[in-house]
Amino acid sequence: MRTRRFRKMFFFGMLALFAATLMIGNSVQAQQKNVILATTTSTQDSGLLDVLIPMFEKKTGYFVKTIAVGSGQAMAMGQKGEADVLLVHSPAAEKKFVAEGYGVNRRIIMHNDFIVVGPGEDPAKIKGTKSTLDSFKKIAASGALFLSRADKSGTHSKEMGIWKAAGMNPEGQKWYQQTGLGMGQTLNVTSEKKGYTLADRGTYLALKKNLALNILAEGDAILLNVYHVIEVNPAKFPKVNVAGGKAFADFMVSKEVQDIVKTFGVEKYGSPLFFPDAGKKEEDLGK
Amino acid sequence: MELILEGIYKAFYLLFTLDKEVMGVTFLSLQISGTATLISLFVGISVGTTVALAEFPGRKFVVSLINTGMGLPPVVVGLFVTIFLWRNGPLGFLEILYTPAAMILAQAVIATPIVMGITLAAIQALPRNLRLQILALGATRIQMVWILVKEAKLPLLAGVMAGFGGVISEVGASIMVGGNIKGYSRVLTTATVMETSRGNFDIAIALGIILLLLAYFINLVLTHIQQRERPR
Repeated sequence: MRTRRFRKMFFFGMLALFAATLMIGNSVQAQQKNVILATTTSTQDSGLLDVLIPMFEKKTGYFVKTIAVGSGQAMAMGQKGEADVLLVHSPAAEKKFVAEGYGVNRRIIMHNDFIVVGPGEDPAKIKGTKSTLDSFKKIAASGALFLSRADKSGTHSKEMGIWKAAGMNPEGQKWYQQTGLGMGQTLNVTSEKKGYTLADRGTYLALKKNLALNILAEGDAILLNVYHVIEVNPAKFPKVNVAGGKAFADFMVSKEVQDIVKTFGVEKYGSPLFFPDAGKKEEDLGK
Repeated sequence: MELILEGIYKAFYLLFTLDKEVMGVTFLSLQISGTATLISLFVGISVGTTVALAEFPGRKFVVSLINTGMGLPPVVVGLFVTIFLWRNGPLGFLEILYTPAAMILAQAVIATPIVMGITLAAIQALPRNLRLQILALGATRIQMVWILVKEAKLPLLAGVMAGFGGVISEVGASIMVGGNIKGYSRVLTTATVMETSRGNFDIAIALGIILLLLAYFINLVLTHIQQRERPR
């Protein structure tokens, strides 16, 4: 008898559990209330989205699912209709993404800049070199270790762009290593190995206290790091939450958000991490 | 070294001040991995017992599959579950990608073969004559299976611990199918990864310590149950 009762209890317990599991899934399933935001890691790691997302949710009633991946992966998600809106920083790839009809209404949000960081000893002697292309050439010529993200992120595609502009292909060289990791981890690897790497300023500032790396090149126009929002085109994937994606994109260019971006990070790092750019043209930046 | 001490200090600070976010993350970890483990028990023990007692062609092959499944890499599970749950994937209509439900599903897939494999071994390790004896005493088949499961309680509880330990500490699948969404699908392991990449090593260490403490207390309870009656 005892056995049977126990078995019954077990069975109903299981049933209740399944029901509960389904409910977790369904409670937030109020259709079209979810907005999937695919974004680059720097916006999340800097803490900016932790400020902006709750504001947006409170204001509009949407629930934002932030998926922080590299810009390349974010666009791959958009291409499959698995995201509603993108916040990315890989202009060349973004233009292609929009041209191929995967995204619409690409709008500028903000910028900061990339920097070249390396060990204090600076074996390739790039400190003081004005042109980033020359810095990269010096690193290559000296054979000093360079760490690449190699993850199709915005930073990686910027790095590849610089190598190309410098007329070089570092792939396969002994001094060129690919981490395949995010920015934070790549900075850590670079610090441990006393190498050089290209980083976005925000992530570098956030991690600086644990890194033995200095900024060795900055301020060049080619190092501009621009963030855009892109709404995923519903024409190819009808399941995309068009209204939600648009609401988020509109929110990002609103004056309210732009004002927050302007001062974000000042308290913690002494200087802002991003500069608001809504309404500007990409070509006019950095002038 | 200083960093580790700082992390330990931070862990206890967060625990004793009952930091709301950390408590939420800890509770969610427990909820998701606990539910996944229960599901894996249900499926794992029933299939494991069936395979252990049944005779059928290709049985060795099935057993080898289960044993391989015990080492299923979480990232691979995460990848497949993600692809299946995509909006435009075969199970897209469920709309559970990037929810705790998806994490439960992925973790259950990881834990089930572990429980199943250990169940299989535990039931098979019971003396063959025991079965005959139980049946001879007039038990029905179902009663016999139930008695066998109870006989194998010790190794089965070890299976529960292995399954739970596997999923509570797992990060690859959780971050892929859950998305590490703040206050919603962020668990201890995914939060640790994120804080590490943010350079907040002290918080990352603190979360790691909380995870260890949690795993320890769950196992303490399970061990207590396991060792309650010493086998005769």
